[in-house]
Amino acid sequence: MEKQKANIDLNNEVIRIRGLQKSFGDYHVLRGIDLDLYQGENLVVLGRSGTGKSVLIKLISGMLYPDAGTINVLGNELTTITEKEMEALRIRIGFSFQNSALYDSMTVRKNLEFPLVRNRKGITRKEIDNAVHKVLDAVSLSQTINQMPSELSGGQRKRIGIARTLILNPEIMLYDEPTAGLDPITCIEINELINEVQQSYNTSSIIITHDLTCAKMVGDRVAMLLDGQFQRVGSFDEVFATDDARVKPFYDYNFIE
Amino acid sequence: MESIESHTEQEPSGLTKVKNSVISFFLMLYRVYAFIIRFFKEVFVPPYEFREVVRQCYETGVRSFTLITLTGFIIGVIFTKQSRPSLTDFGATSWLPSLVSIAVLKALAPLVTALIAAGKVGSSIGAELGSMRVTEQIDAMEVSGTKPFKFLVCTRVIATTFTIPLLATYTALIALLGGYLNINQNEGTSYATFIEQAFEPITFVDIWASLAKAVVFGFTIGIVGCYQGYNSTKGTEGVGKAANGAVVTAMFLVFIEEVLIVQIAGWFR
Repeated sequence: MEKQKANIDLNNEVIRIRGLQKSFGDYHVLRGIDLDLYQGENLVVLGRSGTGKSVLIKLISGMLYPDAGTINVLGNELTTITEKEMEALRIRIGFSFQNSALYDSMTVRKNLEFPLVRNRKGITRKEIDNAVHKVLDAVSLSQTINQMPSELSGGQRKRIGIARTLILNPEIMLYDEPTAGLDPITCIEINELINEVQQSYNTSSIIITHDLTCAKMVGDRVAMLLDGQFQRVGSFDEVFATDDARVKPFYDYNFIE
Repeated sequence: MESIESHTEQEPSGLTKVKNSVISFFLMLYRVYAFIIRFFKEVFVPPYEFREVVRQCYETGVRSFTLITLTGFIIGVIFTKQSRPSLTDFGATSWLPSLVSIAVLKALAPLVTALIAAGKVGSSIGAELGSMRVTEQIDAMEVSGTKPFKFLVCTRVIATTFTIPLLATYTALIALLGGYLNINQNEGTSYATFIEQAFEPITFVDIWASLAKAVVFGFTIGIVGCYQGYNSTKGTEGVGKAANGAVVTAMFLVFIEEVLIVQIAGWFR
């Protein structure tokens, strides 16, 4: 399916990162990252395993604290924000985990209700049911409502994980390896879902992946993370129009003729 | 040419190993201390997770109920049976109800309940939270606007602190029932006489000391299980370690606390 033209507002930065650094012991993962994410844009972050892609979105969601630099998310500076403000901000950010991170002890319905019940005080039973059915329809998995996560396939778990983040109507979506461990057909379905979410929910998204098919299908812009910095940022074709020995093998491996 | 030995990584000496172990032990103590302080900081601040606390209380009670019933009854019967020959030698079998009640109420009921709960509940908490940690479920809670420490840790620690004294009381009653049935069968002692003799030597200090012990044991089992699970690392191996660590550490601490509380209760008598 062709990606529809996204409605990107280049005058509205929802995420603005400057000089971001993060180390774990002696290992300098991020060495001065600069990044802008615009309203309505899907930005794909590519890079090898261990280059700090997941660390980047964990910093954006406030799960990690940077060593240096600034992260501005929806007008909030994360390095100076209070805990209460961070809690309020988190509701506006959806985070889709690599392994879905569904709550094992809860049914699909309870998984979806959980963030809603905890963040919308005074919400009625009818409103909860409507919201649950709406997001399940959005991910085409209404029939799984009473199933346990252990009864779902990998692709279904990913979809329910995305549905759980959508239930709070986030303005920003962060996808951590959305297609990792899935068969090619399911990968395409997940990529289509990411595009549908962008269109229907008008979200701005950062998609962490090393799957170039995913990058090509969903990315309005691609950023290549190398040696702790974004070395190449642009459209998919622009990023790979290079002889850089660190970039080229990435492309060649993913698109073997 | 450099010798091969010069490139071989040196095994740390015995003294270094001991030094590292001591340092990591005190680091662990500090982390546990910080974890407990965090619990007390968060537990009194709203929102209070009443529904989750009730659910956890139910889980804690149900997980241990059958085993505690069985163990409590057997303890009562066996303790009575084993004590009888010694008392018979002195013609003092009429002391059996008092002996059973002192042993059960003062020591066995809270201790046995705590040990069973450490095995059943503590390991379960360690494994459950450990598994949630390594599968990013705790992170998922955090990013969806829920405070995982409050929702997962505070509720479980409150539940064990509240439920284990109740279970200990139940264990005591079941053990006394076992003792009574055995005494009734052998000595023909009536129910009224048994109760009268059983509670004669028991003071309020004894009851309060037992309850205090059970509360402390419950808190210990909850906090240790949560600490181990919440800080679990290294994938599935970490989950196993968390479950195992929860049981071993809780049992060890329960014995130490037993000694300390008995000593403290002695000062009030």
